[in-house]
Amino acid sequence: MKYLDEYRDAAGVERLLAAIRARARRPWTLMEICGGQTHTLVRSGLDRMLPEAITLVHGPGCPVCVTPLEQIDRAIAIARRPGVILASFGDMLRVPGSGTDLLAEKARGADVRMVYSPLDAVRLARRHPDREVVFFAVGFETTAPANAMAVREAARLALPNFSILCSHVRVPPAMEALLSTPGNRVQAFLAAGHVCTVMGWHEYPEIARRHHVPIVVTGFEPLDLLQGVLLAVAQLEEGRAEVENAYARSVRFEGNGPAQAVIAEVFEVCDRRWRGVGEIPASGWRLKPAYAAYDAERRYAVGGVTARESPLCIAGEVLTGRRRPRECPAFGRECTPERPLGAPMVSSEGACAAYFRYGRIA
Amino acid sequence: MSARPLPDPAALACPLPIADYPHVLLAHGGGGRLSQQLIEGLFGPAFANPALDERHDGAVLALEGGRLAVTTDAFVVSPRFFPGGDIGSLAVHGTVNDLAMCGATPLALTVSFVLEEGLEMAELERIVRSMAGAARAAGVPIVAGDTKVVDRGKGDGVFVTTTGLGRVPAGVDVAPRRARPGDRVLVSGGIAQHGVAILSVREGLEFDGGIVSDSAPLHGLVASLLAGAGPPHVHVLRDPTRGGVASALGEIAQAARVGIRIDEAAIPIAEPVRAACEILGLDPLYVANEGRCLAIVASEAADAALAALRAHPQGAGAAAIGEVVSAHPGALVMRSRVGGERLVDLLTGEPLPRIC
Repeated sequence: MKYLDEYRDAAGVERLLAAIRARARRPWTLMEICGGQTHTLVRSGLDRMLPEAITLVHGPGCPVCVTPLEQIDRAIAIARRPGVILASFGDMLRVPGSGTDLLAEKARGADVRMVYSPLDAVRLARRHPDREVVFFAVGFETTAPANAMAVREAARLALPNFSILCSHVRVPPAMEALLSTPGNRVQAFLAAGHVCTVMGWHEYPEIARRHHVPIVVTGFEPLDLLQGVLLAVAQLEEGRAEVENAYARSVRFEGNGPAQAVIAEVFEVCDRRWRGVGEIPASGWRLKPAYAAYDAERRYAVGGVTARESPLCIAGEVLTGRRRPRECPAFGRECTPERPLGAPMVSSEGACAAYFRYGRIA
Repeated sequence: MSARPLPDPAALACPLPIADYPHVLLAHGGGGRLSQQLIEGLFGPAFANPALDERHDGAVLALEGGRLAVTTDAFVVSPRFFPGGDIGSLAVHGTVNDLAMCGATPLALTVSFVLEEGLEMAELERIVRSMAGAARAAGVPIVAGDTKVVDRGKGDGVFVTTTGLGRVPAGVDVAPRRARPGDRVLVSGGIAQHGVAILSVREGLEFDGGIVSDSAPLHGLVASLLAGAGPPHVHVLRDPTRGGVASALGEIAQAARVGIRIDEAAIPIAEPVRAACEILGLDPLYVANEGRCLAIVASEAADAALAALRAHPQGAGAAAIGEVVSAHPGALVMRSRVGGERLVDLLTGEPLPRIC
């Protein structure tokens, strides 16, 4: 498979590992932002092939993991209403709310549908004019353009029965928040390649300069990740703190113009709570007033939800790189993919799920 | 924790009482961990007997003068017609294959239809003709049947259940518990084709070259394998249907209390299937097959077994993909394409596509 196999080459991995070993003279702690990167690391076994001096901690880049609990409870409350079809990306369905999850609600009779694209949810609304279709719009800069297009399409069609429950988040403010947290361990970032494909990396030089932290835009295949580690380690060893693009086959400095334009047309920046992390200023997107008619939170009275998080779950510390999944006392005991206490154990981008599914070998 | 070098995934997973789920979820039929809990927590204890306790694809019963294999399977596939087959041919192949995985020669099938009021007669006829054709091609007669019709809205068009009887030849002893360290793991061809074919129809996705289900009867292939390798050397056979190769090998590892190691680079998979899995965010190891067979054979017979598979038209793409080991009992471990290692766990629910 072109553009994949070249980046999964065993000889190339060995070569890059040797280069990293030769370069790393001191211990360094790097954070890969995106959960997709975490999964590649653990799934391919790279995490245990890296030299001991290099510690990779896993970042907050798991969209369903950081979706606030109360927002999931709202989605569940909306799904329970008669006449509603709740459409969602599949990954969201198993994430636990305060008491239940969307798949369990589906088994109890709620009409919950998995879609591959938010435009499929718009099609559902056209096909079922007698029903209310609510799309659970979560995700980072990667999913925001398609979700914005769905809202714009619904507006163009003047669909009265379509709305979104919006919980969009933005990466750069989260990186700033992590770096400003007392006790931060992160010395360099492997930035999320797909986010940068959409947004470019023009927001990063200022972060690198202000916090003196190397940032390497990194892809998702084994060779991409090792290339990112190598560049970050070289910067750390040399005392540099720059932004480098190790995912140039996909990412340009300015990003994807049309995608950014549709986001700017439909969404505006807002403060946002991140599950397990707390409120981060300017870290989210919400619908602009011109599109408020498509806001499910305005359409349904679901404001008074009281969310209840498990006291055992340390998802917040995992998502900010302060603890690793195996350091959680509940890992694999009280918390398993069948009975998750927190979202990172169920999401296909969750760090705990990566360790549970792939990493439980000596 | 005990002093074992590797954690036991089954123990870590703290199986839950079935009552923890007040409602049946789709994942209870998905072939992964919840399916296993349903079997171990409800059906197994309720129906317990030595034949069932083998946890095989079918049961083998000793009769005077020989051994009989029995199996039953319900088919609810949606869509009912897909590239490479339909619910009718699948209902024949699925049950014939469960018998074949016991090393049995299929003798006869029975069929039970649950039809929904309003189903088009022409569609039923098409399904029945397809079943008849598949049974004829497999050389297995359909000897008894039953039909029920339920009210409109109480079914989903057609559900088909087939039951199969087969004779187990002398000298054949195929069961999950027989996997032992040193054995080799073979697969009869490219994996994940059926599941991807179904999913592409269901989701309206079209892939170059058209991905066609691998649905096919496997008893001829198994007969060749037994003849080529020698019956005593064929220890386990399993068709990796729901839950795919990962679940089938994981279950064998647990049943036999052995470890299994596979090599990602050795696992055959057609390029379009691999590409489709990449696009959909699916791990092909967990995607269903309906015309592939996993064989665990004694190492001294592995070459002969592989040659026998490859000599049969349905096994042309066969490959050796791994081995049975004494380390990490109960766990399936894979060497990745880039040389790392990872656990291949039982699936928790239905495979769900990722967000980005």
